Amino acid sequence: MTDLYQTQRAMRNMRRAAMQRGVIAILDVGTSKIACLILRFDGEARLREVEGVGPMAGQSKFRIIGAATTRSRGVRFGEISVMNETERAIRTAVQAAQKMANVRVDHVIACFSGAEPRSYGLGGEVDLEDGVVTEHDIARVLASCDVPDIGQGREVLHAQPVNFALDHRSGLADPRGQIGNRLACDMHLLSVEDSAIQNLLYCIQRCDLELAGIASSAYVSAISSLVEDEQELGAACIDLGGGATGVSIFMKKHMIYADSVRMGGDHVTADISKGLYIPAADAEKIKTRHGGLFATGMDDREMIELGGESGDWEKDRRRISRTELIGIMRPRVEEILEEARSVLDAAGFDHLPSQQIVLTGGGSQIPGLDMLANRILGQRVRLGRPLRVQGLPQAATGPAFASAVGLCLFAAHPQDEWWDFEVPAERYPARSLRRAFRWFKDNW
Amino acid sequence: MRSLIPFRIRPARHGKQPEFGRAEPPVTRARVAHDPAPSLWAYRMQRVMLTPYLRRFLRVGLPVLAVAAVTGLYMASEERRNGVIQVFTDLREKFQSRPEFMVTLVSIEGASVELADAVRSRLDLNLPKSSFDLDLEAARARIEELDAVRGAELRVRSGGVLSVLITERQPVLVWRQATGLTLVDETGHRVAGLFERADRDDLALIAGEGADKAAPEALDILAAAGPIAPRIRGLVRMGDRRWDIVLDRNQRILLPEDNPVRALERLLALDQAQDMLARDLASVDLRLPNRPTLRLTPYAMNELRRANGLEPLPEPVETEL
Repeated sequence: MTDLYQTQRAMRNMRRAAMQRGVIAILDVGTSKIACLILRFDGEARLREVEGVGPMAGQSKFRIIGAATTRSRGVRFGEISVMNETERAIRTAVQAAQKMANVRVDHVIACFSGAEPRSYGLGGEVDLEDGVVTEHDIARVLASCDVPDIGQGREVLHAQPVNFALDHRSGLADPRGQIGNRLACDMHLLSVEDSAIQNLLYCIQRCDLELAGIASSAYVSAISSLVEDEQELGAACIDLGGGATGVSIFMKKHMIYADSVRMGGDHVTADISKGLYIPAADAEKIKTRHGGLFATGMDDREMIELGGESGDWEKDRRRISRTELIGIMRPRVEEILEEARSVLDAAGFDHLPSQQIVLTGGGSQIPGLDMLANRILGQRVRLGRPLRVQGLPQAATGPAFASAVGLCLFAAHPQDEWWDFEVPAERYPARSLRRAFRWFKDNW
Repeated sequence: MRSLIPFRIRPARHGKQPEFGRAEPPVTRARVAHDPAPSLWAYRMQRVMLTPYLRRFLRVGLPVLAVAAVTGLYMASEERRNGVIQVFTDLREKFQSRPEFMVTLVSIEGASVELADAVRSRLDLNLPKSSFDLDLEAARARIEELDAVRGAELRVRSGGVLSVLITERQPVLVWRQATGLTLVDETGHRVAGLFERADRDDLALIAGEGADKAAPEALDILAAAGPIAPRIRGLVRMGDRRWDIVLDRNQRILLPEDNPVRALERLLALDQAQDMLARDLASVDLRLPNRPTLRLTPYAMNELRRANGLEPLPEPVETEL
């Protein structure tokens, strides 16, 4: 646990240093694309210069000065599978973004969608020493949460206090200064595969960059595409990515659950490719240009040229109707959504007061997805687009960039995590000099 | 945007196409070896070049250094340095000796003919000469050394003419010295010598040591003399300290050191009331302001004594004093 504290704190300090310097890069390592945004922090200046951009979510603190995206390589299911391919793809994106920004970045905040995230709800309770909740008490109650066995080879990615309870009053966001006897807290802990983080860290170090933060893609895309009241009242965000579909549930502005389904848009493409015997690249093109989920009578007559360069005239002149294409795509999308539904069911989403579901990510651009999602996920489904931030190019405002934009907001306004609080003295080893020092600091 | 398809269609068979019939279609797709990713070193190089200090150095520092180094290396040799200097001096001389800048004539205005000749010889310019080489300040100083010149204004006019505008000194007094006569202006500065007093009998005469320095005072006294002006033969500076007015019939008016004009005005008032100066006086001593003293001529003195029934004074004895 101390080890985790140290690495996460090191990243936090690096992020602070980067914000001091004013420039930080955002890297979204996805299965279908790698996006790199470069942020410049220059205070609260230029507020309300752009129509529709308000200061409320902290997105006016920074400005995007460079943006680049490249086709991702060597990433499967949101995890890095071929290191040097991914490294080259990251380099491509970072170089193009640096060129656009005309500035050199050294610190990068990254997110990825895979690595089998698992959520744990932790609880802790302490008796207050002097009846008033202090920062020290919060650190103690956070430290008193007993960490479950997250398994071999797994790492904690997020550990956020989501709720505080003081005696019989629950639902406190910030109990500091309040009076009571017994402080309890709930914490949400998200663990991922250790190796995925290691691989990402290695790739980023190979690009001469330093990792200043790491986040789950399901979390950050929810930050950018859920509006404030949805975050407050409770909502789920389903990020339909290329290789993995992230699911996160928000309640009272805190993430309380996150998981991912290891299926995404690339599987739809693979189905088309296999079903129609065409290359994956052509399948991707047909999917984005003609894809859909609800067939109408019109679609029987809309014929799609498959093309091909095989030299076989019959094969190269094949035409299919759009209905056939929809017939291939729809079962897979249904499967993805059903998986997401089962994830939500497992998380107990039914018991939340609000059942809002927001679909985002590149896969949410399939026409007719909202109607299909209505049937599978329930009536309260909407398509979400990321928040508008200053300086973002028009090409990067679509739902495919939800996690990149969310990561920008995460960089500007990070959530308090476990490691942001001081470790109470009891957690240090018994004969540590630091423990003695802390004892003096706390008691004098 | 670049196509995401990493393939390019390429003719499968190079070389001969069939002479009749359809040309061979492009049948194979060859993988094109193209990687959009920059190589590691290209990437690092770009990052280095984006370093702010390095960018500033490359934009400003490096050109400056390069220019300085080239100049320094070129100028390191004495020979080339002299060559460069020579080129510049030649250029300057060529420019300065252009006909537009040559001064060929001197025109002197505001001076009499004799003075103009004197000025011309004093200027001592060997014309034609470039106006850049003329030292007008020095020339002006040389001209102003002439006694008869009060001020000179030199300017180079268009057409290569050096115009000298001279203000002459006007003589207002004649100063008699043992060596001869001198014309003096109102400040006491010498204007010219004079051979004959009769040449300038319109000017008043002054004499004595230091008379030139007190010329302004002399002029004040002469201006205040008024009714006795026709009788004045001249002013004598006594002991470089005060003035005597010498009238005809050898009468003298001894003026005090301070306020001579005021003393003279009082004397004139006395003269007007009692017609004093018309009498047989040798001198009027005004040196003590509250006691003007008269000296009669011996004849008048004897007559006075006789009228008072006294013995006439004996003839004065010449003594060695």
